[in-house]
Amino acid sequence: MMAASTPDAASPLVVRGLGRRFGATVALDDVSLEVRPGELFGLVGPDGGGKTTLFRILTTLLLPDSGTATVLGLDVVRDLWAIRARVGYMPGRFSLYPDLSVEENLRFFAAVFGTTIAEGYDTIAPIYRQIEPFRDRRAGALSGGMKQKLALSCALVHRPEILFLDEPTTGVDAVSRREFWDLLAGLGATGLPIVVATPYMDEADRCDRVALVQRGRVLAVAEPAAIGERFPHPLFAVRGGERRRLLQALRRYRHAASAFPFGQALHYADARPRDVTGGGAVAAELRSHLHAEGFPDAEVTPIRPGIEDTFMALMGTPEAPAA
Amino acid sequence: MSAAIEVRGLTRRFGGFTAVDGISFEVGAGEVFGFLGANGAGKTTAIKMLIGLLAPTAGAATVAGHDVLRHPDEVRRRIGYMSQRFSLYEDLTVQENITLYGGIYGLTDAEIAERSRALLAGLRLDHAAGDRVGALPLGWKQKLAFSVALLHAPAIAFLDEPTGGVDPVTRRQFWELIYDAAARGTTVFVTTHYLDEAEYCDRVCIMVNGRITAIGSPDALKLEAGVATLDELFVRLARPAA
Repeated sequence: MMAASTPDAASPLVVRGLGRRFGATVALDDVSLEVRPGELFGLVGPDGGGKTTLFRILTTLLLPDSGTATVLGLDVVRDLWAIRARVGYMPGRFSLYPDLSVEENLRFFAAVFGTTIAEGYDTIAPIYRQIEPFRDRRAGALSGGMKQKLALSCALVHRPEILFLDEPTTGVDAVSRREFWDLLAGLGATGLPIVVATPYMDEADRCDRVALVQRGRVLAVAEPAAIGERFPHPLFAVRGGERRRLLQALRRYRHAASAFPFGQALHYADARPRDVTGGGAVAAELRSHLHAEGFPDAEVTPIRPGIEDTFMALMGTPEAPAA
Repeated sequence: MSAAIEVRGLTRRFGGFTAVDGISFEVGAGEVFGFLGANGAGKTTAIKMLIGLLAPTAGAATVAGHDVLRHPDEVRRRIGYMSQRFSLYEDLTVQENITLYGGIYGLTDAEIAERSRALLAGLRLDHAAGDRVGALPLGWKQKLAFSVALLHAPAIAFLDEPTGGVDPVTRRQFWELIYDAAARGTTVFVTTHYLDEAEYCDRVCIMVNGRITAIGSPDALKLEAGVATLDELFVRLARPAA
């Protein structure tokens, strides 16, 4: 966790108490976070949580109602023109020109920033080389994975000092997704700070640190491996039996804090404090409860909470339609 | 368990390109089946054939007891569909959407009234029947879209990336709706790019280059391949040998 309460001058991004409303909707509610030099930082949370609003403020496309933010030491309200020249931004929606070729798109973005492809080539090379054989193809005719690579090249061609990527992997398949994260890891290794927003919790592991974002608030900031430590209860994986009935049996158990489907298994959180046996005693007790409930094959295994478990524990009840 | 979907040697060529190359599989009634593949693997072509929108070049498929080539209309009458990005009309109210789709599905006014009540009560959305769908939180839109896709009690529901972008609690509520529908006998056919979503299915199959390269329960497939996640298995199967 960040110990410093005063912004570190070297931090490429410092956000303090940022707030933004749209009419009655609170898009950002007192958001504070800090990105360290060279960090690959993830904003992880569902759609509608405020990630895009935050990005639009940080890239000077939207004004905050309250709070402050500095990007590369520059104020997002006062220094907007200086910031724009120095940040790279890849918006969530594919926003290149579908009727221009791959190379024309890249040349256009270079020209907008007063540079050329040749000048930015070293920076974009690891990504652009993969789509360069298709440089004459219309951008609209590219596959999802190739579009992402072109968009990333366009966001990098002016050699930005910080990169903002808004849901870069939405709609691309698992193979392209993994390749894309490999590319980001490579870029991050050059020291470029990168802030990535994603609704996919399993992508958090690819980040140095993540902020969990829900309904305009930051629930937690930590290294991915440490996020599970915020989970408030002992957690168990339960298998063996028809899922719906097993879930009901778990929820009926008098010590249940929560029970959810989790892939092929169910995750059960026990409301009692952690025991000294590392969950062994609770697991045994729960097993006999399930046996008595008619699940002779039920297996109960203590597990470490993951990011989705923690997110659910911290987020509270989901938003409901207005009554 | 009787088969809700039976596919035998299903093939589709476009000129010299074979998009779907002799695939065979069965999906049981009440099963939650995940249909996975990279972009361009042939998934969309296969699904178009299964819902009677595209004729196979060779092979056959029976969906809800009807041959997709000879009786595509019968097939379409027995399926529900929910798309990845939401298939309801944002400017209509919740009730108007239900009434509209009930009419499209050929339900009588009495059926629409009765099923609306059950649907709204089941989702605990009674109080929001008059709200514009566009004003609902994303997770609720998706749950509503799923329920509307089941309004005409189809034998099979086709869902495309049903839980993309929603928070993890809502996502689980959605899967519980799916499990409830399956327990009532509805077969649920899920396509998705997100392998952690596929982990919730009873069985999955993975398509690579027009063929099925793996089929089974997520746990069995992971065990057999010695991997921790379906994502790892998928990348191993789908990534061209490098």
